[in-house]
This record gives sequence, structure tokens and C-alpha cells, in this order.
Amino acid sequence: MILNIIFRGLILIFGAFLFQVALSGFSRKVVARIQKRYGPVFWQNFRDIFKFLFKETSISHGFIFDFGVLMAFGGTMATLIFLPYGSFEVIPGQTNFIVVIYLLAIGLLGMAMSAVGSANPNASIGISRALTQMLGYELPFLIVVLVMMYINKTSSIGGLVQSQIQNGWNLWSMPIGAGVSFVSVMGMLGKKPFDSPIAPAEIASGPLVEYSGKYLGILMLQHDFATVIEVGLFVNLFLGGGSNILIFAIKYIVVYILMVIISSFLPRFKVEESVKFFWKWGLSLAFLQAVISLGIYLI
Amino acid sequence: MYTKKLMEKIKNIIRGHSLFMLHYCTGCGAIELPPTMTSRFDMERLGIAPMATPRQADILLITGYLSAKTLRRVIYTYEQMQSPKWVVGFGSCTINGGIYYDSYSTINELDLYLPVDLYLAGCMPRPEAIINGFERLIEKIENGDADGWKHYKQNREWYKKNQKQALGDSLYTTR
Repeated sequence: MILNIIFRGLILIFGAFLFQVALSGFSRKVVARIQKRYGPVFWQNFRDIFKFLFKETSISHGFIFDFGVLMAFGGTMATLIFLPYGSFEVIPGQTNFIVVIYLLAIGLLGMAMSAVGSANPNASIGISRALTQMLGYELPFLIVVLVMMYINKTSSIGGLVQSQIQNGWNLWSMPIGAGVSFVSVMGMLGKKPFDSPIAPAEIASGPLVEYSGKYLGILMLQHDFATVIEVGLFVNLFLGGGSNILIFAIKYIVVYILMVIISSFLPRFKVEESVKFFWKWGLSLAFLQAVISLGIYLI
Repeated sequence: MYTKKLMEKIKNIIRGHSLFMLHYCTGCGAIELPPTMTSRFDMERLGIAPMATPRQADILLITGYLSAKTLRRVIYTYEQMQSPKWVVGFGSCTINGGIYYDSYSTINELDLYLPVDLYLAGCMPRPEAIINGFERLIEKIENGDADGWKHYKQNREWYKKNQKQALGDSLYTTR
């Protein structure tokens, strides 16, 4: 039983690596075609990651710096296990939403710790922006999901997927909430209007400024795993997961490419603008959705 | 022994096709880079992308003339980069001083201070010449010929002597 779970976890992590790295390489191609360029090959991101892992030297800035990188990487990989992927679950029945949200914060906190360990002012500006923006996007997203959990009387993602198979997708029953969550997930991923934490032109790629060689390779992998979790959450909560892993993957690709296309058209928000955006529009629309959904449910 | 050689070959092929570039554009010539990176000539299809910091970069691109004051910063930047790393001299001024050959404040030969792996001659080289040059660099990296960083490590004293000659003893004082 234990061996079975470990085996499935390894398959999941390897599969998520191959799938998401290839997909983000493909999304570079999509952006290139939008800008009337030819673009790199779709396995370009594998080359980038392995190039960094094969560097001969990489600078460390002390124990906290190293430990934070491993904490971010490990925490993100551990979160992957608690999500259902179509019919594929690593530990059957253990797919609680609260656990996923708690563990997801470990990645960001590990990175914050490690970036502070590097003692670079650009890194601390980037981290403070990332944590400020986190306040912005988590609030509307959590309100929508809490209403959904209250109506379905379950906090397990697998349970929410099951109820959607019976009652139809949450995208149709709570459309405003789905829109708010879509924008929130774009904020979580740091896609274009919300990429002030890693703005390369103003703060020199922010938290990543001091990472080199193997550290940067690990953090690129960590970002790809975090993408799998966040987009996977949206697919599970609003698009009804999938009856098998192939249908899940197709929905995932559609959502991710849509986000990439939208973000390639938009300029960058300042950090206070993005928080203001989430609290003004995101929060009010999330409350509107909550009132409508609870009204329908209670009457 | 044979597997080690094969591994090195695979690593070199991966390195050659993923080059992150730090462009150090204090001289002239930076204006030729935007059309090279964007839609018209599209450098990204070769796997070359601009990067913000020396820690993440593989190529140090030095465009145009290099004054003695900026040479110190270039040396700091080069030493912050992680090996394997390559220097590209861009424009005639990095080769022999160009039109500034008799200026009191510029460096004539970049190769005396940093190991240059590729020169792009011209004043200024057009985007076609830049793309062509980077294709040569990729070829050299794949064959393992672009080993300026090893050369810098082995001949450190010689390079430091030249750097001190140009900058005086203030090479490592921060001001």
C-alpha cells in the first residue's frame, strides 16, 4: 500500500514535470505567434532548466538561502499529491482544499526566506510585492470557494468534482465566481498584469535576482509545479475535473493557453494597483456571487 | 571515460541552445539589439533571451567602446557570472579601439582584460551580422571550442596584471 502510494507519487511528479515544462515551452511559441515571430521550439524550457542544472558553479549565500530553496521545492512537490487529476489520485480520498491552500503557502514562504537570506535589496522588494499581492488575490478566491464548499457541504476537492458530475459544472452555476477565480489564478501565477513581483526591467527579476546555476534550475522547476497546482485547482473546482486524466489534461491546456493569450496583451500593474483591482472588482464581484448563490440555495 | 566524454558532449549541446544574455550597453550600439530581439529578426528562436542579472546570464555582451571607468564594472560583472560563461565583443571598438583608438580614456583591446569568445566586427554590426555571429558562437559551444572561461581561470595572473595596468591599484576598492 505504502509502496503503491510512493510509486504513484513518483509517476505524478515525473508526469507533471514533462507535461508542464513542455506546455510552458509551447506557450512561448503561442506568444511568439501573437507577436508575429517564429518563436523557440517547444522543448526550449527543458534546455533552459537542464542548462542551469548542468552549470559548473553556483553561488550560495549561506544556510538559510539553501534551505529556503529546498523548502519551496519540497513544499510544492508535496502539494501536488493532494490534488485529484481526473480519476488519478495519489492517496485515494485525501484531496482536501484546506490542506492544498495551507501547503501552497510553504512554497512562497520558503522562497521569501531564501530571498531574504541573499540580502539583496531587489530581492526583498520583490518578496514584499509578492506577499502584498497574495493578500489581494487570495481573498476573492477564498470567498468564492468557501461559498461553493458551503453549498456542496464538503471541503474535499474530489467531493466537489463528484457533485459537479451530478449537477453540471460550477462554471455554469456560478459564472461570476468563475471569472473572479480565473483572474485570481492569473495573479497566483504572476501572469502579465500581475507580474510586478518579478518585473525584470525595474527590480531585476525580483526574488530571483541572486539565484544562479542549480538554484535557479530548481526554482524554475518549482514554478512549473506551482503552475500545475494552481491551474489544476481551477479545472477541478470550476470545470468539473475530468472522468479520466486525458480529459483533465485537455481542459488544463485550454485554461492555461487562454491565460497566456490574455496576459500577452496586457501591460503591468503596479503592486498597489493590482491589490486595489482585486479588492475593488474581485472582492465586490465575489460577494455578489456569494449573495446570489446563497440566495438560490437557501430559498 | 567514454561516458564522461559523451555526457560532456550532451551538456555542450544543451548549453549551446539555451543562452541567456546580459547586455552591457554603456557604449553605443545598443540600438541594434531591440530589432534583433523582437519580431523582425527574433533572436528567441535560437534560444537566446535577455536576462536581468549577471547571476542568471551566460553571455556577457559588451557593445561599443569601453571606457576605463566602466571596465572595472565589467570585470565585477564578469566575475559574478557563473561558469561556463562567454564574452562577446560587439563592434569594432572592442577589437582595436575603432575610431577611439587614440582616446585617453577608452580601452583599445578588450581581449587583454577579459577572455573574448566571439567578436562581431562592424561599426555598428547590423542585426543580420549579430544573428550570424551568434550562430557561430552556438557552433563553437557545441564543439567545446568556446572555453574562454577556462582560459581566464588558468591565466588569472596575466589578466589581473593587465587589469591593474589599466585601472591602477583601485581594481578592488569600492567607491
